[in-house]
Amino acid sequence: MSWQRKILRVNLTKGTCEPEPLNMEWAHLFLGQRGLATKYLAEEIDPKADALSPENKLIMATGPLTGTMASTGGRYSVITKSPLTGAIACSNSGGFIGAEMKQAGWDMIIFEGKSKAPVFLYLENEKAQLMPADDLWGKSVWATDELLHEKFQDPLVKIACVGRSAENGCLYASIVNDRHRAAGRSGVGTVMASKHLKAVVIRGTVGVGNVRDPKAFFKATSEGKKTLADNAVTGEGLPAMGTQVLMNVINEVGAMPTRNMKEVQFEGAHKISGEAMAEPRESDGKPNLVTNAACFGCTIACGRISTIDPQHYSIENKPEYIGASGGLEYESAWALGSNVGIDDLDALTYANFLCNEDGYDPISFGATVSAAMELFEMGAITLETTEGLDLSFGSAEALTKAAELVATGEGFGKDLAMGSKRLCEKYGHPEISMTVKGQEFPAYDPRAIQGMGLGYATSNRGACHLRGYTVSSEVMGVPVKTDPLTTDGKPELVKAFQDATAAVDSTGLCTFTTFAWTLEDIAPQVDAACEGGWSAASMLEAGERIWNLERQFNLDAGLTKADDTLPGRLLKDAAKTGPAKGSVNRLHEMLPQYYALRGWSEEGVPTNETMGRLGL
Amino acid sequence: MPLKITITFKLYASLAQYLPKEAVENKIDIIIPGDRSIIGVLEQQSVPLESAHLVLVNGFFIPPEKRKTSFLSDKDVLAVWPPVAGG
Repeated sequence: MSWQRKILRVNLTKGTCEPEPLNMEWAHLFLGQRGLATKYLAEEIDPKADALSPENKLIMATGPLTGTMASTGGRYSVITKSPLTGAIACSNSGGFIGAEMKQAGWDMIIFEGKSKAPVFLYLENEKAQLMPADDLWGKSVWATDELLHEKFQDPLVKIACVGRSAENGCLYASIVNDRHRAAGRSGVGTVMASKHLKAVVIRGTVGVGNVRDPKAFFKATSEGKKTLADNAVTGEGLPAMGTQVLMNVINEVGAMPTRNMKEVQFEGAHKISGEAMAEPRESDGKPNLVTNAACFGCTIACGRISTIDPQHYSIENKPEYIGASGGLEYESAWALGSNVGIDDLDALTYANFLCNEDGYDPISFGATVSAAMELFEMGAITLETTEGLDLSFGSAEALTKAAELVATGEGFGKDLAMGSKRLCEKYGHPEISMTVKGQEFPAYDPRAIQGMGLGYATSNRGACHLRGYTVSSEVMGVPVKTDPLTTDGKPELVKAFQDATAAVDSTGLCTFTTFAWTLEDIAPQVDAACEGGWSAASMLEAGERIWNLERQFNLDAGLTKADDTLPGRLLKDAAKTGPAKGSVNRLHEMLPQYYALRGWSEEGVPTNETMGRLGL
Repeated sequence: MPLKITITFKLYASLAQYLPKEAVENKIDIIIPGDRSIIGVLEQQSVPLESAHLVLVNGFFIPPEKRKTSFLSDKDVLAVWPPVAGG
């Protein structure tokens, strides 16, 4: 089997690192990663605990296929209670550190308590040690990564760490691994920094052995790779243009959130699109995009590696930003672009570099800046409030300066670091915060993609596209095309996507495989790797079990049906242009049916029968 | 003779190579006979039909079975992608 059957429990208060066996009964119910770590969290903390107190725990978890030869099998997740939402947080990342953790012999690391002084965890196979990090505290992600690589004199150690934004309490700080991959959403980095844990450094040479049926595993993973290679999306589209291919698509269907979601189409979309990233620029004749890149074991390689125009104002006298680094994905390009009305590709790339360099979520950051820009436009905040920062929509200088301020926690950056909800409440206009459960929206306006509205409203971690990406069906026709403007059939579609995604997020695989694979392709790989008799049906049931476990955690934390909603702007103010012109999101047509399909009461509470059926 | 109409024609991602070189930002205005179907326009522009996955007219999806019988109006926007996805 491909579980290591071993957890590392790190008590930061006591300074101890202890191994313990993985609960295999739970592994058979919750699979791994997102599902299994949520089970541990729900069992071990009071859901009402303050997310930034020592009572909260932070779990780094791999799935059974992490570190194996399965394509994309390099994922890991961070599970904790979110300081941004007060709900469950589960943030997934690629890169290489997840596979390294597994290959060091561990399925999971549970961090509990709080260290008096800054520390980092060094994990080399069996050896686990907390080490002082006083010299790293106050350093960016990139500086920390460099210092730790120097310290261990080993280019192969893998590092995940927090930057200055997390240390300064930014509520949407991420944990960045391998310099530009991130467990990005819901403030998981803020929790890590609150425990005075600066970094996790891992070197693993044990490997991942003991797959249940090696011959069947080789066959299933080989067939899976061929399917990915032969598919037009995973074999051609994603490696060539990455997720940024969506910029022009989503703009064309009128679902591009623009200027704090006041509009649904952006006139500058093409200038910040995947197509534009490939065009040579005037100054040096080179395009923004240098190459694509893959995470551990991935045969898709959707990642973007970019450079900034060396003559761009943002990097004048800053040679450290001239090299190539993690470039714009669609989500960051939207959040730092259309939602703030900016079409300067290099300014967006610079801001994205800073999000990686100091570890904060570009979606929440961009959406918070867009809310600040609307407050500025309304006069609710002034130049005096912002200490001279002209936060007009469309100002690239405002965006890049705001990114610098959030990175360091200086000036108006302190307000921007609170996130959109708290910022808008502070300045008297909670109605213009485009959030669900306190988390900022991603890049799809639910007035033009009805199913996404239901998905956002019911997402267990607040507004998020990755809990159930019905865009795939409603816009792209994968696996089948549905009409984005109707609510018919959407509760069923949303539930199916949510349950399947919860299962995939618990395997160690990347959700992007599902553009080519169904659970029928994934289950044979999981089943060959682990005991448990995994089939597509049992994986889907595990997904539903995980969804309900997360829901129950949130209810126990104090969230209610009232939190399953969207901002009034999306429910009352009709889209002004595009195919959805005149439409709002019709959540009220979908939510009651969704609750019924889920086996929940009219108040959105799982019934005893539902919990019993799922073994919860 | 059927009336001539002007449409905005957009091709993206790997289909961009089939745009006339005068196209800017992946789009160009073209003049077509008013009785030409969507499939007819794609054939006229040498776009391989098997790659025309996402076909939008004014942002609305046109399903494959309707592309032979759907006609365009003056000032319509026809935008076409190969299979794409992201997140």
